[in-house]
Amino acid sequence: MKLKFSLWLFIVLALAGCSSQPGIWGWYVIDPRTVAGYNNIRFLLNGFGATILLSLIAAGLSMIIGLMVALPGMSTNRWISFPSRIYVEFVRAIPLLPMLFWVFYGLPVVLKSFGITISIDAFWGAIITLAISDSAFTSEIYRSGIQSINKGQTEAAKTVGLNYSQTMRYVILPQAIKRILPPLANQFIYIVKMSAFASVIGMQELTRRANELVVTEYRPLEIYTLLILEYLILVLIISFFVRWLERKMGSDESK
Amino acid sequence: MSDRRKAIEVRNLNKWYGEFHALKDVSVTVSHGERIVVCGPSGSGKSTLIRCINSLEKYDSGNIFVQQIEMKDEVSINKIFSEIGMVFQQFNLFPHLSILDNLTLGPIKALGLSKTDAEERAMNYLKRVRITDQANKKPSALSGGQQQRVAIARSLCMEPKIMLFDEPTSALDPEMIAEVLDVIVDLAEDGMTMICVTHEMGFARRAADRMIFMDQGEVIETAEPKEFFETPKSKRCQEFLSQILQH
Ligand SMILES: Nc1ncnc2c1ncn2[C@@H]1O[C@H](COP(=O)(O)OP(=O)(O)OP(=O)(O)O)[C@@H](O)[C@H]1O
Ligand SMILES: [Mg+2]
Repeated sequence: MKLKFSLWLFIVLALAGCSSQPGIWGWYVIDPRTVAGYNNIRFLLNGFGATILLSLIAAGLSMIIGLMVALPGMSTNRWISFPSRIYVEFVRAIPLLPMLFWVFYGLPVVLKSFGITISIDAFWGAIITLAISDSAFTSEIYRSGIQSINKGQTEAAKTVGLNYSQTMRYVILPQAIKRILPPLANQFIYIVKMSAFASVIGMQELTRRANELVVTEYRPLEIYTLLILEYLILVLIISFFVRWLERKMGSDESK
Repeated sequence: MSDRRKAIEVRNLNKWYGEFHALKDVSVTVSHGERIVVCGPSGSGKSTLIRCINSLEKYDSGNIFVQQIEMKDEVSINKIFSEIGMVFQQFNLFPHLSILDNLTLGPIKALGLSKTDAEERAMNYLKRVRITDQANKKPSALSGGQQQRVAIARSLCMEPKIMLFDEPTSALDPEMIAEVLDVIVDLAEDGMTMICVTHEMGFARRAADRMIFMDQGEVIETAEPKEFFETPKSKRCQEFLSQILQH
C-alpha cells in the first residue's frame, strides 16, 4: 500500500511540475506521438529485457551459491564452517562497484595466469558479480530459515536412519522453504536495483540506455524520471509477488 | 567378557556440558528382552544417558556397546539407527508429511524398501498402535496421544531390536496417557528390549523388569520393581518415591 501511494504521489508531482511550469519539462523527448519520441521510448523500454534477464540469472546463481555456503556454514565442525564464515564476511564487505570492476577487468587476467583464456563480457561479468555479492545475503536467509526448524526434526530423521543429505532434502528443506522463499524473493528486489551498476561496464540495460540517450538528447530530467519509474514498476511487481508468496506460505503453515 | 545376551552395555560413561558434569561414571547393562524403566528428578541425566546410547549426544569418556558392537566410529554409529528406535517426548513427527509418509520415509530411504513394501509394513504397524483410517492425514490433524502412537509406529517400521522412550507421555493430556502406555506395554509383552524414561510408576510396575534410579548424573539404585517400590535402599530414592507417589 505504501509503495503504491508513493508511486501515485510521484506521478502526481511530476505531472504537476509538467503543467504548472512548462519551462522546465521537455517531455517531447519521449512523447510516443512523435517519431523521434517513439523511437527514444522504445530504446529505453527495450532495456527491461536485459535488466530482467540479468537479475533472474544472477538471482538463480545466488540461490545456488548461497545454499552451498549456508549448509557447511552450519556445521558444528569448525573446519567445515570456517570457510563459509570467511566467505560471508569477505563478500559482504566489498562494495558492488569495485567488485564489478575487479571481475570484469581483473578476473580474466587471473584466469589467464592459470591457463584459462575466457573473455568475460559485460553480461556475464555483471551476473557473476551480482550473484556473488548477493549470495552472502541469501546464505544468511537459508541459515536462519533452516535454523528455525526444531532440532527434534533432525534427531527424528537420524533415528529413522536418514543421512545428512536425506535429512536436508526430505525433512528440513521442505519445512524451511516457507521461511526461506519470501525473503529470497524480497532479495530479488536488491538484485534488480543493483543491476543498474552493470551500466558502467557497458551492459545495455535500463540505466545504460538512459545514460546514452541523455548524452544525445540533453534531457536528463525527463529521461531519468522515466528511468526511475521503470525501476519502480519493476520493484512494485516483485513486491506484489512477495506479498502473495508470504500470504500463501503463511496460510500453508496453519494447515 | 562379552556376554551374548547383552543388548546394551554402558561402561563408565562420563559426559560434560562445558563445566557441568552431566553423567558421572554411569554403567548400565541391558539384556536382550529386558524392560528397563529409568526414573529420577529433573536434570538427573536420564535424557542425556539414553541420547548417548543412540549417539544423538557425544560423550567424553567410557564405552557404549550395542549388540556387542562398540559405538565409536561413523560406521557403527550409522548402523545404530537401524538397531535402536527412539520415541521423543515431543513426538517429533514430520509435520509436512502424511502419517503414511512419516512411516515409510526411513524404510524407503535408509533401508531401501520398495514403496509398496514400505507401505504394507507401515499399515501393519499403524494397526498395531491402533491407528486406522488416518494414514493420509497430516500429523497436526491427530490428537497428542495419536501422534505419539504414530511416532512409536514410525520407529517400529525400522524394525529395531531395541526401543528407547524419553518420557513418552509427559507432553500428553492425562486422558491420553493410558492409550500410549498400553501400546508400550504391548510391545514389552512381545519381548522388545526397551529402556523407558518415565514417571508413570503404575506403568513401571506393570511392564518393567528392572528399575534404574538416577540423581545428579549418577545411577543411585537399580532393582526389580517390587523391591524398588517396597524397600528402596538409598535415602534420595526414598524421598523421590514419596514425592512422586503422593499424587
Ligand atoms: N545441551 C545442553 N547444554 C548444557 N546443559 C545441558 C544440555 N542438555 C542438558 N543439560 C543439563 O544436563 C543435565 C541433565 O539433563 P537431562 O536432560 O539429561 O536431564 P533429565 O534427567 O532428562 O531431566 P528431565 O526430567 O527434566 O527431562 C541438566 O542439568 C541439564 O540442564
Ligand atoms: Mg529428560
